[in-house]
Amino acid sequence: MLETEFMRLAFATGAVVGLLAPAVGFFLVQRNMSLIGDGIGHTAFAGVAVGYLLGVAPVVTALLAAVAGAVGVEWLRSRRRAAGDQALALLFYTGLAAGVVLASSAGAFNVDLFSFLFGSILTVTRGDLVLVTVLGVGGLVTIGLLYRALAGVVVDEEGARVAGVPVAALNVLVAGLAGLTIGLSMQIVGILLIAALMVLPVIAAGRVAWSMRSSVLLAMGIGVASVFAGLTVAYYADLPPGGAIVLAAAAAFGVTSLLEAARAHR
Amino acid sequence: MPLAVELEGVSFAYRPRQPVLTGVDLAVEEGEFVAVAGPNGGGKTTLVRLALGLARPQSGTARLYGEPAHSFSRRDALGYVPQRAQLGTQGPVTVREVVSAGRLARGSLLGPLRRGDRAIVDEAIADVGLTALADAPLGNLSGGQQQRAFIAKAFAGEPSLLVLDEPTAGVDAESQDALARLLDRLRRDRRVTTLYVSHEFGAVEDIVERLVLVRGGIVFDGPPRTLPAEWHDPSHAHARD
Repeated sequence: MLETEFMRLAFATGAVVGLLAPAVGFFLVQRNMSLIGDGIGHTAFAGVAVGYLLGVAPVVTALLAAVAGAVGVEWLRSRRRAAGDQALALLFYTGLAAGVVLASSAGAFNVDLFSFLFGSILTVTRGDLVLVTVLGVGGLVTIGLLYRALAGVVVDEEGARVAGVPVAALNVLVAGLAGLTIGLSMQIVGILLIAALMVLPVIAAGRVAWSMRSSVLLAMGIGVASVFAGLTVAYYADLPPGGAIVLAAAAAFGVTSLLEAARAHR
Repeated sequence: MPLAVELEGVSFAYRPRQPVLTGVDLAVEEGEFVAVAGPNGGGKTTLVRLALGLARPQSGTARLYGEPAHSFSRRDALGYVPQRAQLGTQGPVTVREVVSAGRLARGSLLGPLRRGDRAIVDEAIADVGLTALADAPLGNLSGGQQQRAFIAKAFAGEPSLLVLDEPTAGVDAESQDALARLLDRLRRDRRVTTLYVSHEFGAVEDIVERLVLVRGGIVFDGPPRTLPAEWHDPSHAHARD
C-alpha cells in the first residue's frame, strides 16, 4: 500500500490531521460546542465553491472561509447577539446555501467537489502535504504552549475571567484553530465528516481517561489510529476515506465504552 | 485605610423595572473580613458580581482598589469561588488540574507550571486537606470535597481580595472548621480582604468582624453583635415581613 506515492502522502497528511483534529476538538467538546465543526465545515464548502469560481486553489479558499466562519460564530456567541445554537444554525445553513449557489455558478458539481465532501485519498498533493504539515504543526505547537490557559478556561471560565485571564481571546483562538483544522482536514476526511474526527476520539477517550491531560493525549492517539485504519480500509475496499475513518473512530468509542464497563464491574 | 471594595449608590436590575439592588453603598477596607448575608434572591450574589466587575451597575459606581471594577487592572489580585462552583466540563479532571488553573493569573500563560508555582498549588491542596486525593478525578469526590478543590484553586492565586459565595454549601462540619481556620490565617498573616457570602456563619462566627445584610439593598452593616433581634435569622425571606 505504501509503495504508491498517493498513499504515502495520504498517510503523512492523515497523521497531522489525526493529531490536530482531536486536540482542537477537545476544547470544543468541553464547552458543549461539539457540533460547531459541522457549521464550520459547511462554511468551508462555500470556500471550496469560491475557489472553483475564482480559479484559485479550493484548499486555500476553504481554509480562509473556515477560519472566518469559526471566528464569526464565536463573535456572535460571545456578544450574545445569538445564542450558541442559533449562531451555529446561521453558520450552518448560510454556508451550505452559499456553497450550493456558488458551486452551481462555477459549474463545479462534479467528482472533484464530491472528493471535498467525502474525502479522497487520491487528491492530496505534495504541496498540500507541506501546507498541512506547516499549519498543522503550528496549530499543535500553539495548543501545546497555551494548553494550561486553555484548560484553565475549560475548568472554570468565570473564575478565569475574574482573575484577568484573556478568556475572549482564548475562545477566538480555539475557534480559529477549529477553522484551520477543518480547512486542513477536508481532503482526507471530507467536509461532511471532519467534525466527527474532532469529536468522536474525544468522547471515546473520555470513557477511560483519568485526567484532562490524559483525555487530550488519548484522544490524539485514537485520532491518528482512526485515520490510519480508515485510510487502510479505504485503500483495500475502494471506499471514500472519510466514512471509513469516522467509522473507525466510532468503533474506538465502542471499545473504550466496553473498557469502562469492564472497569466498573471489577 | 485604603479601600479594597467600594460601591457608591449602586443599582442593578436584570430586567427593566425589576431592581435586584437599589442605592447600595459599601466600603470594605483592605484586610477586613466581611460576612454578606440575606435571603435567597436578596441580591447577595449580584452584589459580589458588581463588586468584582463581572456585572456593571445601571447607576452608581463600583471600584476595586480605587479603579473602576469592570476595568480593574490588577485582576490577578482577585480570587473568586462562585456559588455552587462547578466544572465547566463533564470530562475527567483531577484535583491538581483544577487547583493549577488558579495559578493562571500569576505569571505567563505559556508553557507548563514552574517549580515555584507547583509548590504553591501543592500547598493550596494541603490547606484544604486534599493532598491524598490530589491526583483523583474530581468526579469521584463528594460535593464537599469538590467545593474544597475550588476553594484551593482560589487560594492558589494568592489573592489580595478573596470572594467566597456560599463556600460551605454541602461541606461537612469538619471541613468548615478547617476552612475557617485557614481564612483566619490568611487574614492575619497576609491581610487578605475577604467577602464571605453565606446563609450560615457558624464556622466563621469567631472571625467575622462585620456583617452586611442584603435585601434589595443593604439593610444592616455593622458588627454582628449589634444586629437587631428582628434580623437574627437573616437568611430567611420572611425576616422582616
